[in-house]
Amino acid sequence: MFKKLLTSALFAGFGAGLIAALIQIVLVEPTIFEAELYETGQLVHFGAPQEGAVVEDTHVSHGVGDGHSHDHGSESNLKRQLYTASYEIAKSFGYALMLVAGFALAAERGVSVTARQGIIWGFAGFIAFNLAPAFGHAPELPGSLAAELSARQIWWALTVIASVLGLGLIGFGKNWVMWGLGIVLLALPHIIGAPHIAGYGGVAPPEMAGRFVALSLGAAAISWSILGLFAGFFWSRDP
Amino acid sequence: MTTKTQPIAKADTSLLSIFAAAFLGIAIIFVTGFANSQTIHDSAHDVRHASGFPCH
Repeated sequence: MFKKLLTSALFAGFGAGLIAALIQIVLVEPTIFEAELYETGQLVHFGAPQEGAVVEDTHVSHGVGDGHSHDHGSESNLKRQLYTASYEIAKSFGYALMLVAGFALAAERGVSVTARQGIIWGFAGFIAFNLAPAFGHAPELPGSLAAELSARQIWWALTVIASVLGLGLIGFGKNWVMWGLGIVLLALPHIIGAPHIAGYGGVAPPEMAGRFVALSLGAAAISWSILGLFAGFFWSRDP
Repeated sequence: MTTKTQPIAKADTSLLSIFAAAFLGIAIIFVTGFANSQTIHDSAHDVRHASGFPCH
């Protein structure tokens, strides 16, 4: 059983991870590079920064500190894209393991998952791991101001757990009590609310931050759907 | 008697495998998205931002 879980997750995670990495590098990462030009002060948006606003992210290792170069094809950017590809594949494998674990749990209850049903599972993963957290706290461009990291991480993790359980209850619940509990679990993190600071102080233009959130969520929706398809495919064909 | 215990034992090992796989997946996501080590943070930085993980 464990071998079947591991092999289908490995194939699906690697295959979907490659596509996800390509999507991130082509669609999403350029906006991060661009935002860092504002973060490091190489570009200044007319509305920002306000006096007294503190931008916390000052990593020098991001590779944008070398003079006034706007060259996105530089060596350091290539290195970052390779890192991004590696972590995208790792993340995809991690998600795939959870997906096939869910498939196996469903199989225990007599529900079999095909490749096409895998897409629905993948989309549920998108809702739980991306859409629900983003609904309370939008994905952040480098240089944006936010509440304390650990508080946001705890809220993110609890939101994901509550959303997974909520979607599971809606998907597999047999009566209104379970469906109702599922809805409550989905809503609860947003009723409690994500940690936010008062006021705004991001240095990048708001249009760029908006575009980043849209790209991030769109990329995640595509990547999760492909991952679900692949996971369902490899899971259902492995005896 | 033995035919009765067989399916229970089988279900136990599959449940164990399911939890092991899920736990491994959670561990990988934790390292990718949350681990505090400076090296991991810096190399995973863009993925964390792009995936909506809280990052610094």
